[in-house]
Amino acid sequence: MPHFLTWIIFLPLIGALAVALIPARHEKCIRATAIGFNAFVLVAVVVLCAVFDRTQIGMQFSESHPWIPQLNIFYSVGVDGLSLALVFLTALLGLLACLASGTITRQVKEYYLVYQVLMIGMLGTFLALDLVVFYIFWETVLIPMFFLIGIWGGARREYAAWKFFFYTLAGSVLMLLAILGVYFTSTPHSFNMIALANPGLRINFGFQCVMFLLFFLGFAVKVPVFPFHTWLPDAHVEAPTPVSVILAGVLLKMGTYGLFRICLPLFPDVILIFAWPIGILGVVNLIYGACAAFAQTDFKKMIAYSSVSHMGFVLLGLAAMNATGFNGAILEMFNHGIITGAMFLLVGVLYERSHTRELAAFGGLASTMPRYAFFLTFMALASLGLPGLSGFVGEFMTLAGVFPYHSKIGIVGCVGLIAVAALFLLMIKRVLWGKPREGVAWPDMNVFEAGVIFPLVVLTLVVGFYPEAVLQFQKNAVDTLVNFL
Amino acid sequence: MVKLAHWIPVFPFIAFWLNLAFGRRLGRGSAYIAVAASLMSAALSVIVFLGLRHGAVAYDLAPWVTINGVPVTVGIMVDSLAVMMLLVVTVVGSMIQIYSIGYMGGDVRFSRYFAYISLFMASMLGLVLADNLLMLYIFWEGVGVCSCLLVAFWYEKPSAAAAGVKAFVTTRVGDTGLLIGILILLATGHSLRFADFGGFSGSEMLMAVAALLIFLGAMGKSAQFPLHVWLPDAMEGPTSVSALIHAATMVAAGVYLVARSYVLFTDHPLALQTVAVIGAISAVMAASIACTANDIKKVLAYSTISQLGLMMLALGAGGYAAGTFHLMTHAFFKALLFLGAGSVIHAVHTQDIRQMGGLIHKMRITAITFIVGALALAGVMPLAGFWSKDEIFMALWQNGNPVLFGAAVLTSFLTAFYMARVIFMIFLGVPRAETHAHESPAVMTGPLVVLALFATGLGFIGSPFCQGAFQQFITGHEEGVHLNAGMIIFSTLISLAGIGLAYLGVMRGVKCPGDDCPRRQWLIRVVENKYYIDELYQFLFIQPFNRLCAALTRFDRDRIDGAVNAVAVLTAALARFGRRLQTGRVENYLLMQVAGLLILLLFILGKLCHIF
Repeated sequence: MPHFLTWIIFLPLIGALAVALIPARHEKCIRATAIGFNAFVLVAVVVLCAVFDRTQIGMQFSESHPWIPQLNIFYSVGVDGLSLALVFLTALLGLLACLASGTITRQVKEYYLVYQVLMIGMLGTFLALDLVVFYIFWETVLIPMFFLIGIWGGARREYAAWKFFFYTLAGSVLMLLAILGVYFTSTPHSFNMIALANPGLRINFGFQCVMFLLFFLGFAVKVPVFPFHTWLPDAHVEAPTPVSVILAGVLLKMGTYGLFRICLPLFPDVILIFAWPIGILGVVNLIYGACAAFAQTDFKKMIAYSSVSHMGFVLLGLAAMNATGFNGAILEMFNHGIITGAMFLLVGVLYERSHTRELAAFGGLASTMPRYAFFLTFMALASLGLPGLSGFVGEFMTLAGVFPYHSKIGIVGCVGLIAVAALFLLMIKRVLWGKPREGVAWPDMNVFEAGVIFPLVVLTLVVGFYPEAVLQFQKNAVDTLVNFL
Repeated sequence: MVKLAHWIPVFPFIAFWLNLAFGRRLGRGSAYIAVAASLMSAALSVIVFLGLRHGAVAYDLAPWVTINGVPVTVGIMVDSLAVMMLLVVTVVGSMIQIYSIGYMGGDVRFSRYFAYISLFMASMLGLVLADNLLMLYIFWEGVGVCSCLLVAFWYEKPSAAAAGVKAFVTTRVGDTGLLIGILILLATGHSLRFADFGGFSGSEMLMAVAALLIFLGAMGKSAQFPLHVWLPDAMEGPTSVSALIHAATMVAAGVYLVARSYVLFTDHPLALQTVAVIGAISAVMAASIACTANDIKKVLAYSTISQLGLMMLALGAGGYAAGTFHLMTHAFFKALLFLGAGSVIHAVHTQDIRQMGGLIHKMRITAITFIVGALALAGVMPLAGFWSKDEIFMALWQNGNPVLFGAAVLTSFLTAFYMARVIFMIFLGVPRAETHAHESPAVMTGPLVVLALFATGLGFIGSPFCQGAFQQFITGHEEGVHLNAGMIIFSTLISLAGIGLAYLGVMRGVKCPGDDCPRRQWLIRVVENKYYIDELYQFLFIQPFNRLCAALTRFDRDRIDGAVNAVAVLTAALARFGRRLQTGRVENYLLMQVAGLLILLLFILGKLCHIF
């Protein structure tokens, strides 16, 4: 099928147009249209996974059309094992978060319109092969997100939205600088990621370091890497539930995706030198995030900081600079999207009933909301890396990858896992265990809410028991990455 | 036949999902599903046992992941050690689950209980069958989480909820050691298969460290000093759970792990000695606390720590057969003791032995089976515990270290003392508090009788009367066990001394000379307070960690986010300053224009002067 990836990227655009054409008063119709288009995207991505050739090396379904030929800018897209997992994650969480958007009651039409634009940006970012196109999609994500937080968010939504916007914009400006730097120093001048990586940039090493750092800073804000993480708790707490799901599940992965897609292939010599600091940053993220989460009194903020902690594993896997570490990191990106996405959905379920996120307001919910208790316990166990559930595989592989080369970092990472375990168990204890509160009678999760989370539960189990289900797709991409080094 | 082994954990696993999904509709049926699954596993374990005469059978089921080029597979290994453990887990597990039908009857979360128990059984059996360390670790964590959920089963009680968290986090500390041990083996390019263990190349020191880290995992699971603090608290769970998980099976997994990777330890004397020393410390320390505890379940919990320490001590002293033999016999009589204690608690609604007494007249079956179990634990001839303890004495004697032997003897003496004390206080004498105690229903006493039979007769398979059939089976060597009259008399005397002292103390009220002297009081208070280890950990780890987290959160808010906000504030201030230039008045702009022009003219003038 020609232009398959282009169809996938711009299907939400058709969805946005469709939503725009429906009068604002038909809220149900708008919602159904948006869900329908997101479901369509998911089906298309599932088909993509099915026809994706796992044995082929390099990009598949790639297409390239001159866009601004005078500057050698091409609209080029393609998919490989690295991006496939993230595209699937985007499509899946995109649909589930859209399903969970029933709680949005204000300006429904605008919400779904902006949401569809967000989808275009995310899918495009993961599929673009041209740096300019990549940058445009990257920025496309920023603006809908700004509105989603700023309009449909909580009490301090404007502060959070501005903070998110400026912080990530500052990061992307650095990235733009680096893109231009790479363009003007490459011969022939090119924005094509593949062409730039093969045979690599032949420019002086110091300049490469500067370019690398600019890219790295741009991505680090998004990941977020300590100490550039403070926009995240604010944005997460203020964003409405479905937007938090997207934010944690997909947006954070854009940063780590960039590290793997751009920083590594373009600057392999530089990144080898920076492996050690990246590993340190990974461990700092891991432990700092867990400790900060531990002391939070806000349920959502706690999950937000635990995301910081989990993204540390991705950095650790990158720092390993070997196939096991890369496999673990990419798997961890996928798993984190699934697990944390589900976590934010669960926080949202509780918020809908209690209109508070204070942990102190909960307790004893296992008695009154058994179905909720099951899902929360399950996902908390997955988050703390319980073997048999997906989180463990990614974490174990990153640790096994990093251990032979930076064993001290690996050991500190293992010890950090104790804090993560304590964090999530105490969360279970505070929210689910204990005596039920007097006069609190929140209804248990209904079938619809459970149905939205159920696919994530299944995926967590499948990947936990049979990690090859995901790993087989990324094998060749990982080999390609390792060959750059 | 043996290659059917991988189906053994499947039955309880199916039972888990059935109970989880349809639990509330099944009602009592959920118990029958769990028991049936467990009995099927037991039957299959017997078939596998009969099929496996000697040696080991290992086979792969599926590839799992590839780590640094080393494929890790889902594999099964069935050898004599695994088969022994399979039989123990399935037989004891089935008995306890039958008992639970009565014990947990009427609980609001009846089906959930059986779901968790089934998941536990599946994980435990998977742990036993795993052929490599990573698979073992996976199931190892699985039993850990089941333990946590079952300890906190009555989570409405804050103490139970706290105990669940403590159980998981404390064992996790040990598990981190195990994880790092696995990573070291992987990083040095070694296979994780138990069958490939032994003769590992590489730095002697590093391999010893790996063995010690694996032992750290075993210490957490088997509640060995200094990671033992979670087990007494875990008694907050239902008594049947304590019997199954915290006495017979899961806590023995640590001993099983050491036995499973035994070659790794025997190759490195340092590691082996550490096992022995930790075992000895745990055995004596826990036995001494058990002597002062007044909660019947706490006595049994400390007794479990102590007995597990004895097994570790035996393994560390080279007594492979002795350690595993004691693991097996202990599983039966300690499960019996816990179930008996549960029956008593069920009847008198208290766990404080000071409020019991004379119960033998009211609950005859419970009393007799409990006494059988207690005497087996105390090591009275010819019950099961006697033979296994005797084997441990022999192994330590042959090892030749007098301190380790002395520790075992002291533990044995203390064990006889505290078990006799418990019997005297619960079943003999006169009732100390008003009770309407009655015998438990048959569904509870039945398993007691079965376990009592095992506690009586099981020891013989490792005794000289059977030429040490167990030892031959477990080690694969043909040498029998010889009757050593001296050792038998010695160990019997030790047990009798302990029982006699308890008799004098409890039944006769004899006080030791100098009981009131302040130095003794001080010692007793330290033991009664469990050597203040919980308080020490609170002070050393938990409070500093909480303070660190609070400090980091403040740092995060004030410094890091403060810096971010400072940038924003600075930018805004700069903008405000810049805005002042834009007054909107024409005369101001004109003034600035003229001023600029003047400066420019002066500059040009200066240049011109310079030229001419």
